[in-house]
Amino acid sequence: MSAEVEEHGPGWTAWVRRRALRSFPPDQLLPDSQPVYVASWTYVFGVATVSAFLVVLGTGGILTLRGPAWWHASGFGHFINSTHLWSVELFMGFMVIHLWGKFFMAAWRGKRAMTWITGAVSFLASVGAAFTGYLTQQNLASQWIATQAKDGLNSVGIGAYFNVLDFGQMLMWHIVLLPLAIGLLIVVHVLLVRRHGVVPPLPLPDEKTPAPAAATSEAVQS
Amino acid sequence: MQLGAQFVQAVNLNHPGRYVHWGVIQISVANLVVIAVMIAIFVLAILLPFPGRRRK
Repeated sequence: MSAEVEEHGPGWTAWVRRRALRSFPPDQLLPDSQPVYVASWTYVFGVATVSAFLVVLGTGGILTLRGPAWWHASGFGHFINSTHLWSVELFMGFMVIHLWGKFFMAAWRGKRAMTWITGAVSFLASVGAAFTGYLTQQNLASQWIATQAKDGLNSVGIGAYFNVLDFGQMLMWHIVLLPLAIGLLIVVHVLLVRRHGVVPPLPLPDEKTPAPAAATSEAVQS
Repeated sequence: MQLGAQFVQAVNLNHPGRYVHWGVIQISVANLVVIAVMIAIFVLAILLPFPGRRRK
């Protein structure tokens, strides 16, 4: 196949390929260096959040395979159940610190609004996933949380559609819909970071152009 | 061993929660500690130098 046909080939697959290559050139999609300002602990919390999320998915998958009779009654089940809980704690903690860092450096600058929005929405979806996780513990705490939450949700008119007393519905939200939504949002979020680059620090008060204009000439290998 | 037992006692959550009241704000000590630790990590992340800055 000639290069011309590859560039201007017919059909939706060729269109998708052209758009993908234009939006995400391979060296931009999987870079081996980053601007020098990225060499800061502040920039670590995004990837720490994704790492914790992978542990959440892995331990959640094991819990799904073995079932509540296993995670409530066996020693290894308790361990995996606890690992699931503590990886969620780290996931939420890292995500909030990541959010603080990005908020204080106004990370929506430079056409990065969608990056900011996908991050914010994935945070909200994560709150929902954590909440439905509490509801599916199958213990007194989950019953208490459900009976308290139903009044709040009924008061805003969504209790009929999102019934916290319906264990089956909450379980499906927790293990299917919300993980899928969070996973997709994270993929889109990371792709947007690759496309627009990591947000540079705010310029100093006496600077009119962003500080990293000079810094980007130096790169730090990741 | 004794240090480990003291640590376990300090973070033992197997009892009714202790709460801090400040006007309309009511928060458990456990959650307050988590927030304080997160703020400390955030401040340290800004202040501490990043190791191994290899430039090309």
